[in-house]
Amino acid sequence: MLRILHQIFRTGIVTEPLAPEEEKSVELVGERLEEAVRKVFEGSLTIRMVDAGSCNACELEIHALNNPIYNCERFGITFTASPRFADMLLVTGPVAGNMEVALKRAYDAMPPPKLVVAVGGCAYDGGIFGKSYASKGGVASVLPVSAYIHGCPPTPAAILTGILAAIGSKR
Amino acid sequence: MTMSNILAMLVSALGAQNAAQEPYSGAPALRVPAALFVRAAELLKSADSRLCAEWAADDTAFGRSFSVWAAYNRGAEYIVVTSDLPKDAPSFPTLTKHYVAAYRFERQIMGLMGVKADGHPDMRPWIKHEDWPADAYPLRKSFDAAVALPRVEGRYEWIKANGEGVFEIPVGPVHAGIIEPGHFRFQAVGERILNLEEKLGYVHKGIEKRFESLSWEEGARLAGRISGDTTVAHALAYSLAVENAAGFFAPVRAAWVRALLLERERMCNHLADLAAICNDVSFTFGYYQFGLLREKLLRTNHRLFGHRLMMDRVMPGGVSVDITDGGEGEIIAETGELMEEYERLINIYDDNPSLKDRLYGSGALSPAKAKDMGVVGIAGRASGQEVDARRQYPFLPYDAVIPKSIVLRSGDAHARAWVRIEEVRDSARLSLELLQKMPQGKIFATPPALVPDAKGFSAVEGWRGEIICWVHAGPGGKPNRCMVRDPSAVNWLALEQSVKEDMVPDFPLVNKSFNNSYSGNDL
Ligand code: SF4
Repeated sequence: MLRILHQIFRTGIVTEPLAPEEEKSVELVGERLEEAVRKVFEGSLTIRMVDAGSCNACELEIHALNNPIYNCERFGITFTASPRFADMLLVTGPVAGNMEVALKRAYDAMPPPKLVVAVGGCAYDGGIFGKSYASKGGVASVLPVSAYIHGCPPTPAAILTGILAAIGSKR
Repeated sequence: MTMSNILAMLVSALGAQNAAQEPYSGAPALRVPAALFVRAAELLKSADSRLCAEWAADDTAFGRSFSVWAAYNRGAEYIVVTSDLPKDAPSFPTLTKHYVAAYRFERQIMGLMGVKADGHPDMRPWIKHEDWPADAYPLRKSFDAAVALPRVEGRYEWIKANGEGVFEIPVGPVHAGIIEPGHFRFQAVGERILNLEEKLGYVHKGIEKRFESLSWEEGARLAGRISGDTTVAHALAYSLAVENAAGFFAPVRAAWVRALLLERERMCNHLADLAAICNDVSFTFGYYQFGLLREKLLRTNHRLFGHRLMMDRVMPGGVSVDITDGGEGEIIAETGELMEEYERLINIYDDNPSLKDRLYGSGALSPAKAKDMGVVGIAGRASGQEVDARRQYPFLPYDAVIPKSIVLRSGDAHARAWVRIEEVRDSARLSLELLQKMPQGKIFATPPALVPDAKGFSAVEGWRGEIICWVHAGPGGKPNRCMVRDPSAVNWLALEQSVKEDMVPDFPLVNKSFNNSYSGNDL
C-alpha cells in the first residue's frame, strides 16, 4: 500500500489543459443546442460510444480520454453502457452493413436530444474503406450528425475538444 | 535451394509428379492435384505441423478457375500448398477432420468466395451474415463491390443447450465499454458457463475486396487499417508479401527501422492491455499508471515519427521515417526512464493479492488444446506453444537481434498477462539493441512492378501474434487477391474454448486477456 501511495505522489497531477489549435479538427453541422440544455450538459455529459465498423484505432484514442493526461471526467464527461442514459452517441468507423441495424437501434434507444458526433475520417465519408457492398460510408448516411471530428485517428485532445464543441461548451 | 524438412517429406509422400514446386516467394509452395489437397493436410498434421491459414483465390482473370490454398508451419518452416479446382463445381474436401482452425477459414471461403468445402460439418456462413443474399460472393471477380447489397430475411441457427436450469445470455454486438462489436452467446447453469458461441463479422467492411481496387502502394495504407492497433505489423506483413512477390528486398536500414517501430507498437499495446486488465479487476491505480506509460510512448512516436500510432510509416520498398541522431538519443533516454517506472509498477502488480485472485486459473487454455487449435501469439505462448514468427520466420533483422522465447504453460489470464509483462521488457531490450547496431544507408527503394501471376507470402509477429499475408498479382501486375490472416482469426476460437466451466462474471476479464481484434478478424 505504501508503495502505491508513494507512486501516486511521485506521479503528481499530470492532466493538461486543452490547446485551442485542436479546434481545427472539429466541424459543427446541424442545429445548436438550446441554452438551458447546453448548460446542463456542460457539467455532466453521458456518452454511449458505438463502433460502427472502425479499424479500432479511433477507439484507442477515445479510450485515452480516460487516461490522467486527458482526464475527460474533469469536464463531467462519462461513458455509459446503456444508450438509454446517453446524451451523446459517439460513432467511429464507416458504417459496416453488418452494423447498420445495431447502430440504428442504439440511436433509437437514446432520449432526446440525441446528439451524434462522428469521430474520424471513416465516420466522415467512409475513409479508406469507402462505400461498398459492405460499407455504407460515413455515419451521416444512416444517422443525423451534429459534429465531425476529423483525423485518422483524431488525437485524444481533438476528440475531447470536439465533444465539448458539440455541446457548445464555453469551457 | 535446399529442400526443407516438411517440404521434402510432402514431395516424397505424394510423389514428385503430384507435387510441383512453385517459384519461391516468401515460402516454398507446392501445387498438388485437388484430390490430394486433403491428403497433404493429413500428412502435415501427422508431421506435427500447424495450419496457419486457408483461403481461396479467383483465377478466372487468367482463364483458370478457382484455387484453394493452405499455409502450414512447423518450427522454422512455413510451406504453402495449393490446388486448382474444377471450373464447373469449385469445391475441395474439407480439412476440418485434421485441423480445428479450418472450421472458420472454410466457412469464410464458402461464404465469401462461394467455393465449397465438401464434408464441412457446419455450413452456416461466417462473416457473411444471415441477411445477405445467399448467392452474394464478394471475393469473386464477377461480383461488383460498388453495388450495395439488398437485405434479405434470414435466420442464424445458434447452437442450443437444453435441460433444467440452462439459460442463455446473449451479449452484443454493441458491448458495454469503448470496444469493438461482436456477439457472444452463453449457455449457462447458474454462474457456470456451459458453452460460449461467438458470432463475428459485424465490422466486416470488405477489406480484402478493397485491396483489389487499389494500387500496391495505396494498399499499404489499407493494410495499416486492418486492425488499427496493429498498424505497423499489418503494414509490414503486407509490404513483405509484396516485396516477396517482386523478388525484392527493401534496403537493410529500412528493415531495422521497421523492427524498431514493431517493437514500440508491441510495448504500447501490451501496456494498454495491462492497464485494461487492471481496470477489469478494479485496480484503478494500475489502470492509470500503465496507461500513462503508454501515453508517453505514443507522444514520443508523434514527435519522432509524426503519428502517435505510427500509421503509414511502413510501405513496400521501405519506410517513410528515419531515426535521426537526436531521435535515437530521445528513444534511449525514454526507454531507460520508462523501464525504471515500469519495474516499480510490476513490483506492485506482482504483490497484489486481489489481482492474483482474479487472474489465476481464469480462462485456462491447456497446452494440448492450444496446440490442437493452432493458437498463436501471446495466447499461444501463455499456453505452452513455442510460436513467434520473429524467431521462426526470421525476417530481417530478427536473424541478428534475437527475441527471447517467453513461454508459460498455465494458459490462464494470469499467464497471458505475464507473457505481456515479460515482452515489454524484451521489446525495450530489443529497441536499444536495434538502435545500437542499426546499419547506415537508405530507408526506401522503389520495388520493381509485379509481373502478372506473381505471388508473395509473409509471416510477421505483431504484438498479438503471427500475421499471415499472401498477395497475388493479376493480369497487368495489379492486385488480384490479397489475403490477410490476423492472429485473431484463430485466437477467437481459443477464447470460446478457454471459458468453458468458468464463471460468467469472469468473462470480460478473460476476453480482455486475449484482447482479440474484431476488425482484423472481420476484415
Ligand atoms: S478514421 Fe482512421 S483510425 Fe479511425 S477507424 Fe477510420 S481508418 Fe481507423
